[in-house]
Amino acid sequence: MPEITYVEAIRSALREEMRRDERVFIIGEDIGRYGGAFGVTTGMLDEFGDKRIIETPISEPSIIGAAVGAAVVGMRPIAEIMFMDFTLLTLDQIGNQAAKMHYMFGGKATVPMVIRMPGGSGTGAAAQHSQSLETLLMHLPGLKVVTPSTPYDAKGLLLTAIRDLNPVCFIEHKLLYKTKGEVPEGEYTIPFGVADIKRDGTDLTIVSNGIMVRKALAVAERLAQEGINVEIIDPRTLVPLDSETIINSVIKTGKLLVIHEACETAGWAGEIMAVISSSRAFDYLDAPMRRLTGKNVPIPYNRVLERAAVPQEEDIEREIRAIVKGAY
Amino acid sequence: MGEQKANETFTEKAERLKFSKDELLDMYKTMCVIRQFELMADKLYALGKVHGTMHLSAGQEAVAVGLSHATRVDDYLINHHRGHGHFISKKADINLMMCEFLGKEAGYCKGRGGSMHIADFSSNNLGANGIVGGGIPHSLGVGLAIQMKNLDQICITIFGDGASNEGVFHETLNMAALWKLPILFICENNKYGMSMDIERVSAKLPIAQRAESYGIPWYYIDGNDLLAVYEHAHDAAQKIRSGSGPVFIETQTYRYFGHSKSDRNLYRSKEEIDTWRTTKDPILRFGNHLIENGLMKAQDTELYEQEALRIIEAAVAFAEVSPDPDPSTVAEYVYA
Repeated sequence: MPEITYVEAIRSALREEMRRDERVFIIGEDIGRYGGAFGVTTGMLDEFGDKRIIETPISEPSIIGAAVGAAVVGMRPIAEIMFMDFTLLTLDQIGNQAAKMHYMFGGKATVPMVIRMPGGSGTGAAAQHSQSLETLLMHLPGLKVVTPSTPYDAKGLLLTAIRDLNPVCFIEHKLLYKTKGEVPEGEYTIPFGVADIKRDGTDLTIVSNGIMVRKALAVAERLAQEGINVEIIDPRTLVPLDSETIINSVIKTGKLLVIHEACETAGWAGEIMAVISSSRAFDYLDAPMRRLTGKNVPIPYNRVLERAAVPQEEDIEREIRAIVKGAY
Repeated sequence: MGEQKANETFTEKAERLKFSKDELLDMYKTMCVIRQFELMADKLYALGKVHGTMHLSAGQEAVAVGLSHATRVDDYLINHHRGHGHFISKKADINLMMCEFLGKEAGYCKGRGGSMHIADFSSNNLGANGIVGGGIPHSLGVGLAIQMKNLDQICITIFGDGASNEGVFHETLNMAALWKLPILFICENNKYGMSMDIERVSAKLPIAQRAESYGIPWYYIDGNDLLAVYEHAHDAAQKIRSGSGPVFIETQTYRYFGHSKSDRNLYRSKEEIDTWRTTKDPILRFGNHLIENGLMKAQDTELYEQEALRIIEAAVAFAEVSPDPDPSTVAEYVYA
C-alpha cells in the first residue's frame, strides 16, 4: 500500500468525491491559488474551477450560513474554516442553524454538509489559533464530530462525512498534516461510530484522539519492552461514540486513562468516564479512572509554555506507569 | 422602477399591472385570512391554549401578499420569525399551520418547531428563523445552488429592520453582490426591533441605502401599499432572473401587536398605533380602492372578513382535536 501524508489523504478524499458527485463543492477562505492555509486544497482550483472551489471574503459566519443554505436545497457543501478557533465566530450558524434544522423542522429538512477545521496546538500560533474545541461541538445535538488520527482514517472518514446527511464537524490536527501512513488507492469509507483499536493490550485502556493517539502509541511501544501492555482506542468519531468498544476494553484491562489535548474542565474525557462508571465495566475497574488533558489555560506562544499546556509523551509515560503501579 | 407613473389612479395602475378583478379580490381575501389568523393566534394565547411564544404580523399583510403574487411558487423563501403572513400567502395549508402553532404532530414541523419555525420544504419554503438575521446567509447557499444548477428560480430572503444591524446582513449583501446571486432581499421594516425604534439603533436611514455600498440596486417603499409592493417585487424578480444579481427592497410597514407575548407596548404610544390602524392599514387601504373603483361592494368587506374567520375557525377545530406528538418520539429527527 502506498504511504501518503494526512494532507494528501484529505485532498484525495475531496478530489475523488468531487469527481464522483457534482453536488459537492468547497467554500472557504484562500482555498484557491493559495491552496488553503495548510495546503489541503492545493491544485484543486485547476481541476474543479472557481464555481466549485469557492473563495470567500473573510466572513466566517456566512461561509457556514452559505453551506447550510446550499445543503438544504440539495447540494453537498464542504466549508473550510481556516482555524478551528474561528468556528467561535460561526457558532450561531453551526449551533442554532445547521445542528437544529432537521429536528426543528420535524425531519423535513436535511443538512448534508461538512465543516473542515484544523485544530490543535504545537505550531506556536498562540491562543487564538491553537485550540481543541471538540467538546463544544459535541454538546450540540444534531452535529457529528470526527477527529481522525491517521491518513487512512482521515480519507475514509471524510468520504463518509461528505455522504452523511447531517452536518459533520471534521477536525484535522495541524501537527498530523505532514505525518505519513498507508492509504489504499481508490475509494473506501469508514463508518461513523466505530472505534479503532490502534494497539491491543491487557494492562490499561487508553482512549484518545487526534495527535494524542500518535503520542500514546509511541509511549506504548517503549513501555511494551518493559512488559507493560497498553491498549489504545481511538473513537475516531466522538459523536456518534462507540461506547461498546471502550466498555469491552475496560472490562478486559480494568483500568482507564483518557488523553486529550482539549482543556480538562468539562472536556470529553469526563464523558468517557461517565460512560464507564454507568456501565457494566464499572465492576471490573481495579484502579480509579484517570484523565490526562490539556491544562485549563489558553495556549501560550512560548515554545516551552506551549509544550507545558498539553500532554507530552513524558507526561503520558509518567501517567501510565503511575496507574499500572497502582499509585492512585 | 421604470414604468411607474406618478399620478396614476388605482384602476390605471391595476390595469397596467394586468390584474383582473378576481386577482385583486383574491389578494384582498388573502390579506383577510392573514389578519384573521393573527387575531385568532392572539385570542388562543389569551385563552391559554398556546404553549409557546408567537410573533404576529397583523398590519404587515400587504408585504406578504404583494411579494408572493410577484414571485413564482417555485422560488425559494427564507423567512423571519414573524412569518405567518408569508406562509399563508405562499399557499400554506392553514390547518397544518394551525397544528404547528398549537404544537400538534400533524403540524408542518410535527410540533417540534412551533410558530417561529414553520417550514414547508416541499414548496421551497425554507422556514422561519428564531435567530434575528440567522437565515440571511443561507440565501448565499441557495443562490449558489441555483447558479450551479443553471436554474431560473430566485431566493426571496425576508428579514426585519432589526436584522439589518447583524453582521451576517453585511457579509451576505457583500457576497451576494460579488457573485451576482439571484436573491431578492426584502427588509420588512415594521419600525421596531422588539422595543427599539429603528431610528434609535441605526446611524443612517433608510436601511435600504446600505445596499448602495455593495452596489446592489435598492428601493425604499410603502409596504402597506399592496400594488407598490407587488410592482417593485415583480420588477426586481424579473431583473434578478435575468442574471444581473440581487435587488434590495425595504418595505415600510408597522406591526399592531407587541413584539411577542411579553410585550406591553411601553415603548410606543396608543396614538401611534391607532394612527397606523386607522389611516395606513393595508387591508383598509386596498379595500377602499376596490370599493371606490367599483370592484367590491362596501358591505363585502364584512363578508370577506367572515369568510376568512371561518377558514381560521375550521383550522382551529382541526388542530384542537389533532393529537400531540408521542413523548416516546422526543429523540426522533435529531439526525437524518
